[in-house]
Amino acid sequence: MTDFFKLHFFVPLAAVLGLVVVAYVGVQANLQLLFGVVVPYMAALIFIEGMVYRLIQWTRSPVPFRIPTTAAQNKSLPWIEKNLGEKLDNPETTKHVVGRMALEVLAFRSLFRNTRTELRQDPDHPEGARLIHWSYKWLWLGAIAFHYAFLVVILRHLRFFTEPVPGFVYLLDSVDGFLQFFVPVVYLSGLVLLVAAGYLLLRRILRPELRYISLAADYFPLFLILSIAITGILMRYFYKVDIVAVKDLALGLATFKPKVVAGIGVIFYIHLFLVCVLFAYFPFSKLMHAPGVFLSPTRNLACNSRWVRHVNPWNYPVKFHSYAEYEDKFREAMIEADIPVEKES
Amino acid sequence: MDDKYKNEFGVFAERPKVEKKIYDGKYIFLGLIIFFAVVTSPLWQNLGKAIPAPVPKLDTPAIQKLAEKDRKCVQPLAFMRANHMQLLDTWRTEVVRGGNRDFVGPGGVKYTASLQNTCLDCHSNKAQFCDQCHNYVAVTPTCWGCHLDMTQKLAEAK
Repeated sequence: MTDFFKLHFFVPLAAVLGLVVVAYVGVQANLQLLFGVVVPYMAALIFIEGMVYRLIQWTRSPVPFRIPTTAAQNKSLPWIEKNLGEKLDNPETTKHVVGRMALEVLAFRSLFRNTRTELRQDPDHPEGARLIHWSYKWLWLGAIAFHYAFLVVILRHLRFFTEPVPGFVYLLDSVDGFLQFFVPVVYLSGLVLLVAAGYLLLRRILRPELRYISLAADYFPLFLILSIAITGILMRYFYKVDIVAVKDLALGLATFKPKVVAGIGVIFYIHLFLVCVLFAYFPFSKLMHAPGVFLSPTRNLACNSRWVRHVNPWNYPVKFHSYAEYEDKFREAMIEADIPVEKES
Repeated sequence: MDDKYKNEFGVFAERPKVEKKIYDGKYIFLGLIIFFAVVTSPLWQNLGKAIPAPVPKLDTPAIQKLAEKDRKCVQPLAFMRANHMQLLDTWRTEVVRGGNRDFVGPGGVKYTASLQNTCLDCHSNKAQFCDQCHNYVAVTPTCWGCHLDMTQKLAEAK
């Protein structure tokens, strides 16, 4: 019998290594046009089309009810006051919903509230275990470090797609490289990205309960992003390529005047191909949590079910039997039994 | 029978008929438009323009004085294009920490390891040779924190 973990771990690993080999062999066979121009444009097209397709698919699902998963007091009697935190946790108005969404999108608030349940040795009864719930912040820290490092890395890459390069890219460049060690200067975001993604991978491998629920679709994006980071770091610090030629190629793509530029090392094409695969894979994978977080019904709706009526669009007509109809039917028997009636006849 | 909900007491309802339509379309499309506007915004200013890559100029007086066969850098062109910063860093370490200014290039040719006296001797056009490409790829090397572009300073002194 095939081991579940082996199947779901080694198949995506082999897939990513296979992609590296494909790019390597392709460039050795002088397919620079394919890997430098055709594949990037195709990946961008698949990314855009897939994104629009998935969002239209999502928007065809009705969200008839509010789902107030909340940790705070709902609107109640006027003398029960709510402070700002409670207003953000249980928003009544659009303004506070925007606040809750901002915290969710920019600060990963839901992950910050992550708790872990564990059996720990009880200090009072060393022979027994005690079930404890504790606030577990490491996942939040790994996730937020990973996402912001990735954002900085992507924004830094704007220097290849713009001419002249906007000022904030220079600012980012100097802040990111402010330790000024090694030549070229080591970017901290690259290291943070690698360490954080490595942590996110290791927690899936090392924790048995996470390994049990981790699928190929969880490992593949991690391997892909890790391999992109590793090839990028190798290219910047160790197997250098002609960076002016790289920008020439990138600007050609960005201005829709694509050209094949000679003399770029093969590691660049491996890096680019892996990025293209990531873009093409994005709309059909768990990475769609990026737009999905904006559409979370538990986060993006005001908890106003107590004072606004939300009608389910697929409610079937319910056959009501009103009290007036009931009385019409049993009036005579009710009068006979001295039961008070609203209408005498 | 299939389109009715069932429980252990039997059939109790028709399967709901959910209307096939776009719900909250204005938010979705607004979001999509904002997303693509933000993502493509860096590309608008140069859309459809052909931007030529900078070509370092090699027609300085010092290079023109050399015979055709002597017009060689301390390392081959492809190596220098990708790795010149590494070479300069090695030179700096060798000179500053080891006091060693001898560099032997390919073919056993000896050079003095010096940015100002060897590199800038031939490539006296810093603006066209160094800065042009550095600006193009938005790198700000720290060389010029200590080293001087001598040609400019001499011209000013005169």
